[in-house]
Amino acid sequence: MSDPIPFRPYQPGTQPEYDTPAYGSTRKRHPMQKLHALPQTVTETTGPGFTALRFPPSEDLTTNTTGHAAIGERIIVAGTVMDENARPVPNTMVEIWQANATGRYDHPGDQHDAPLDPNFRGAGRVFTDAEGRYRFLTIRPGAYPWPNHRNAWRPNHIHFSLFGPAFATRLVTQMYFPGDPLLAFDPIYQGTADGEARQRLVAAFDMDLTEADWALGYRFDIVLRGRDATPMEA
Amino acid sequence: MPIATASQTVGPYWHLLEDPAWADLTRFGAAGETLTLTGTVIDGDGAPCTDACVEIWQADPPASDSFPGFGRSRTDARGEYRFLTLRPGPVPGRGNALQAPHIAICVMARGLMKGLVTRAYFDGDALNETDPLLMSIETPARRGTLVAKRTEGAVWRLDIRLQGDGETVFLEI
Repeated sequence: MSDPIPFRPYQPGTQPEYDTPAYGSTRKRHPMQKLHALPQTVTETTGPGFTALRFPPSEDLTTNTTGHAAIGERIIVAGTVMDENARPVPNTMVEIWQANATGRYDHPGDQHDAPLDPNFRGAGRVFTDAEGRYRFLTIRPGAYPWPNHRNAWRPNHIHFSLFGPAFATRLVTQMYFPGDPLLAFDPIYQGTADGEARQRLVAAFDMDLTEADWALGYRFDIVLRGRDATPMEA
Repeated sequence: MPIATASQTVGPYWHLLEDPAWADLTRFGAAGETLTLTGTVIDGDGAPCTDACVEIWQADPPASDSFPGFGRSRTDARGEYRFLTLRPGPVPGRGNALQAPHIAICVMARGLMKGLVTRAYFDGDALNETDPLLMSIETPARRGTLVAKRTEGAVWRLDIRLQGDGETVFLEI
């Protein structure tokens, strides 16, 4: 049996480090030992195959709680999921979650003194199409304070969770908004050394995605790990 | 060429995604020998991590309409994750090697900028003695951090120590 083709290592500097002192919660949670290199096997090169039948999509976060409209600025968030070979990743599940327009999560752990919106839960799920495209309709999330340091505020962001074709391609990340002054002060965003890698976490305002009299459009393209072509595919 | 998007922490509010049913990999009617995999996620102070997202993936039995092969569990107020799944069999390794039965684990949490990957093997399995990953870990005590112990019946426990004494072997894949 031939060995599975491994997914390529991450480019140096383009991923954050576990030990990120400016983000206080990493202090007691980052491993001290060097990671143990594991050549990828079938366990790492295969992964779950979610289907819309078993995992129903919910692409409209503005009404998916009660059927009534959530408060806040409607936005369209869309983009393409591709791999490092610039090939689209089709039929992959994309999950998002976020704070509401006031900067409050519908979560018992969030005690920020900002109002909840009974019509906004803040979670959605879609699958990419055959060309790797996804699209959500949601509410622009608000900024919120957090206890990391004095006067710490998270920039506006939407959490993204993606799977791709394999256990090795799992990605959880955050999408930020262009021009947010808080990005400069955020240790989570700043935790990735490579400036271009950070910039790629910032969505682009997109007039082509924007719908007249309805909602602004933001484009957020996502790249999952790729691997060298197999002889069969070459 | 495009470069892979940077990871960002899953944070403390990922439960907005949570469907507790996902921790039961038999919920679609999978038949076979079941087991419970449970354990505590522990930080560098020895304190339980009560807000973690633990995910598992197994290549065996093969995923199907009745068996997703994938599960997600929160850690509870005691820091415990818990899955019900099918017992995996051995799967091929690289070259002509055979891997002992195992379940891949990814831990995500507030304070983890990226997921931490590890594996659960099963104590007492004869194939553990020749498993390529286990054999590549020189210190027996460290190797043991990947080996779940049977506590009762079909319940297997693997604690995950993020940092410090008894730190789990985490994998670069």
